[in-house]
Amino acid sequence: MSRSSFSSYRPPRLSLERRLTTPWWLSWVIPILSVALAMLVGAVIIASQGVNPWEAYRAMFEGAFGSGYGISETLVKAIPLMLAGLGVSVAFRMKLWNIGAEGQLWMGAWAAAGVGLFLYPAWNLPPWLAIFLMMLAAIVAGGLWGAIPGLLKGVLQVNEIITSLMLNYVAISWVLYFVDILWRDPGGLGFPNTAPLDKAIWLPKLTWIPLLPRGHRVHAGLLLAILAAVLLWFLLNRTKWGYEVRVIGENPDAARHAGMPIVRNIVLVMMLSGALAGLAGMAEMAGVAHRLQRGLSPNYGYTAILVAWLAKLNPFGVLLVAVLFGGLLVAGDQIQLTMNLPRSISDILQGLILFFVLGGEVFSRYRIRIR
Amino acid sequence: MEAAFFITILATAIRAGAPVIYAAVGEIFAERSGVLNLGVEGMMLVGAVSGFIMAVKTGNPWAGVLVAMLAGGLLSLIHAFLTITLHADQVVSGLALTIFGIGLSSFMGQNYVGVQGPQFSAVHIPFLTDLPVLGQILFSHDILVYLTFLLVPASAYFIHKTRPGLHLRAVGEDPATADVMGISVARTRYIYTFVGGVFAGLGGAALSLAYTPGWTEGMSGGRGWIAIALVIFAFWEPWRAMLGAYLFGGVQALQFNLQTIGITIPTYFLNMLPYLFTILVLVFATGERMRRHLGAPAALGIPYIRGER
Amino acid sequence: MGLVFVWRSSPFLVSCLPNPYQPQIDTHSLLNGTRMNAPSLQPSQIAVEMRDIVKRFPGVVANDHVTFLARRGEIHALLGENGAGKSTLMNILSGLYTPEEGKILINGREVIFHSPKDAIEAGVGMVHQHFRLVPTLTVVENVVLGLDDPKFRLNLENAKAQIRALSEQYGLKIDPDAFIWQLSVGEQQRVEIIKALYRGAQILILDEPTAVLTPQETEELFKTLRSMAEKGHTLIFISHKLDEVMAIADRVTVLRQGRVVATVNIEEVTKEKLAEMMVGRPVIFRIDKPTIVPGKEVLRVENLHVRNDKGLPALNGISFIVREHEIVGIAGVSGNGQAELAEALYGLRPIEEGRLYLYGREITHASTRDIIREGVAQIPEDRHKEGSLGNMSLSENLIMKNYRRKPVARGPLIDWHYVRQFARDLVKRFNIMAPSIQTKARLLSGGNLQKLILARELSSDPGLIIAMHPTQGLDVGATEAVRKQLIEERNKGAGILLISEDLDEVMQLSDRILVIYEGEIMGEVPADKADRNEIGLMMAGQRLSANHEQHTVNSVQ
Repeated sequence: MSRSSFSSYRPPRLSLERRLTTPWWLSWVIPILSVALAMLVGAVIIASQGVNPWEAYRAMFEGAFGSGYGISETLVKAIPLMLAGLGVSVAFRMKLWNIGAEGQLWMGAWAAAGVGLFLYPAWNLPPWLAIFLMMLAAIVAGGLWGAIPGLLKGVLQVNEIITSLMLNYVAISWVLYFVDILWRDPGGLGFPNTAPLDKAIWLPKLTWIPLLPRGHRVHAGLLLAILAAVLLWFLLNRTKWGYEVRVIGENPDAARHAGMPIVRNIVLVMMLSGALAGLAGMAEMAGVAHRLQRGLSPNYGYTAILVAWLAKLNPFGVLLVAVLFGGLLVAGDQIQLTMNLPRSISDILQGLILFFVLGGEVFSRYRIRIR
Repeated sequence: MEAAFFITILATAIRAGAPVIYAAVGEIFAERSGVLNLGVEGMMLVGAVSGFIMAVKTGNPWAGVLVAMLAGGLLSLIHAFLTITLHADQVVSGLALTIFGIGLSSFMGQNYVGVQGPQFSAVHIPFLTDLPVLGQILFSHDILVYLTFLLVPASAYFIHKTRPGLHLRAVGEDPATADVMGISVARTRYIYTFVGGVFAGLGGAALSLAYTPGWTEGMSGGRGWIAIALVIFAFWEPWRAMLGAYLFGGVQALQFNLQTIGITIPTYFLNMLPYLFTILVLVFATGERMRRHLGAPAALGIPYIRGER
Repeated sequence: MGLVFVWRSSPFLVSCLPNPYQPQIDTHSLLNGTRMNAPSLQPSQIAVEMRDIVKRFPGVVANDHVTFLARRGEIHALLGENGAGKSTLMNILSGLYTPEEGKILINGREVIFHSPKDAIEAGVGMVHQHFRLVPTLTVVENVVLGLDDPKFRLNLENAKAQIRALSEQYGLKIDPDAFIWQLSVGEQQRVEIIKALYRGAQILILDEPTAVLTPQETEELFKTLRSMAEKGHTLIFISHKLDEVMAIADRVTVLRQGRVVATVNIEEVTKEKLAEMMVGRPVIFRIDKPTIVPGKEVLRVENLHVRNDKGLPALNGISFIVREHEIVGIAGVSGNGQAELAEALYGLRPIEEGRLYLYGREITHASTRDIIREGVAQIPEDRHKEGSLGNMSLSENLIMKNYRRKPVARGPLIDWHYVRQFARDLVKRFNIMAPSIQTKARLLSGGNLQKLILARELSSDPGLIIAMHPTQGLDVGATEAVRKQLIEERNKGAGILLISEDLDEVMQLSDRILVIYEGEIMGEVPADKADRNEIGLMMAGQRLSANHEQHTVNSVQ
């Protein structure tokens, strides 16, 4: 009897073995390959529209990153993604699936618009104070909106995925009531939006950034986002509270045994998450639209979920991925204009990228064995 | 007037509930096997649009239903592959599916917005439809509504009284045990994730071919998410999911009919009702579940890897 | 043909296979003479033959050319430490794992198992240590699970009748319509055995079946096993408890570090010899424990009432005290309120009624955080689930209990510079084997992880230590280390509440033993006067006072 006969009677089988450690290069190669594969599948869809996918991708890249104007527009779209993405990432850290960034963003924009449109002229505030109060209002409104699913989850253990998502619809209906009716600009020629904010309380443009074309729209929200990322990193990695959040996210049972206040932290984290999303709404409203209007957010709050997850919840990663996704949004607009491709291509690409990165993850966590 | 109003409300509730019943029952199957699929909204949308396109192209709504089911099923297989074979996170994969589905449906339907297509219309059932009151409430609907009357008891029977149902429950509660007992966990989960997708697609078709015929972007309006919430409300039982769907339908019916009895509330607030109602229902159901110690399928959301416990 | 090992004699194999005719491992050469006397086997008598089995897991060879043989109608013990490869070998025999090399013969016919189903079809059933029963299903549903007899409609009347017949025949009392979650652990084990018999198992593997039973339940199980062996079943009994193996087995195969040490007839060995074979060196069965007069009262529990997760009463009025320099052991079969007791004492479970005092101060409704601050340490039941952060570094694991206080905390911040120092010190002091303090906790072995938890909990010089199953799943070396550490803490002055299902451990370590049954204390005995039988009866629900007389009568007989 020979040893080789053993292999002959067993059909080869694919099996997964958990890796103890992941080689550093894998954590780079896999996401890049995953995105490439996603683009490949996207190419098939683009080709189905009778457009050369290579051309389309080139147009997309050039639209988003190929010119100073493209880069500035990419940054403009990245700002709300950064802030909302940071918000989502804190919640995900604690395994709180906050899908409500969209609603929190709208509530933030709404509160900020209220301050800017009414409080500012009524109290005759200095512009810097008005901007500060707008930020504060957005933080409070977004934070409270995030606190609702947080409280329901923490106190009553109600599934936060559903509640936070349902609240998106409620928030948008709420804000639209103001946009369409209560705060509607009578001189708005029938367009559903509020009157514009006074120019003095717009978030200032970052005119000093070199290389960007004159008249670009990149505003101080970018600095807010970077500052928020730094603060968030510091909070999570250097403070007792951040340590608690990370421990609870890693193992809530162990956290309970260490006497960590779980319910309180669930609510706090959801509030922080909502506050950052609310700030994203304020930045978009006061920095780009300069008024409250329908379509203020092209689903930034949902895209932020992808951004946070693809960045592996790292605050600086969120900044980076937000720029890439901002580019994707700009590119979507671009190819709609120049190639007559539907804008939804960029939604599809977002989904595909997520699928492939998710699928690719397995290769960094597991070793595939064929035997 | 009172009686007529209530009959209208109840009949509308049943009509409005049907698409949600399909999606919720489908999700019950998937979750019973241990797979949480948050992509219902995406699958419903793709089902709705592909069913509508097929119906327009063939002129036959049944062809649309079949294609919608297939489309939902195919999408669910992406989720199945990622989560069952590759052990990806079920929450993230489901969200990706929803985002992808929203994009894909809007892409597919770009030339079909506002197009008139075939649709299922109310079917008169001899004797039953002619019953007073009951006939109007229960039997004045289209065929896709009637099908839910069969689907729910059949699903409940399947889950509790059949061998495949027993295996389904075992896989969702305790996959390691099911595996040792010779039940293929992966195969079972693939099958019921697919079933979940098929029914979500059918729910989408029930929207675009019957309830609100035609295609508009994002026409499911969160019904996929509401279906997921109803599964929790229903404690993973089809009958209770049906009850929940009718409650949801009732809220919708109120939303449309309050004006007719002279109650005027801005539509913006009426539009919030189904979502607020869903949150409320979830809060109460969660409370009841805690009191009665009814659990979700124990292995829900957890990938199964043989030898890892 | 004598024993079957003659089928190959490659020089490589001689070094790692037990060969009855040649000394294979020097220290055990004394056994070879005895095994020569083993009665020769007819091929027809061999029920199970596993030859040259190799199974690897990432980083370990769990089975390294293992050859195993069991006869029809015998009770064959498989003895070895945790991690010796016993369970892996039997998981291969029951079709759960596929070996990389080697072959299996059942009743002389070669078989290839791709799944447990294949094994069941060949007549091999296994009762796992963690029962493979779905708690939300009924007994009969569990028994028919995975079969395809009622094809579609679940008509279970036939199955119920068969279950009743089997339970009659083998003395395994059970209600087929009960839900698994309603059954005691002993009853669940019966369901597992019935499940195997229902499938026509001729060969039944039991993985540490007595770990969860009282001594009396164990005796009952042994009766069942003997009657099964008499009816021609082959029973393979996995254990690391020597007394049990001596009591029940006809033959025993000893595994160590993935290899077979020897297969011997039970009459030809002693407990000490088996122990030596199992561990590879002589073992001491006693732990040195100086007599110390207990000091001040540390913990006082008065009339404690607590509910479990299902909302049912878990503790019904428990009272006891723990003093300085004292280890108080809580013995009992698992699920009698031990977990709830530990949680209640640690502020993790609301207290319905009764009071708790720490050093005379009431802590009944104190938070976990306050209890930790008062110097209560805890070694939790589940090292992974409750005790550690798998994906976080050793240093982050080590500060879980003192991150709020100086010097780890500086205001709202954590002083990571200090933490690194602190972690390095603890790693050295508690001899935690790890590449660095940045290593993730999940990469540690069970023993090292337990050392990490001990380091964290003991570093604050606690006055009270609540230790739950502190040595569960550890190998002999690590077990010894943990027990020594606990004794040392006691000698230094801590009061220790030791909750364990391992009666031997409780008897070895404790100064006083309390026995818990269905949330009540059945009695208390000083450890030096403890009697296994007496404790066993209490574990089964007899109060000390009630059975004392009967017990003395028994011991006279």
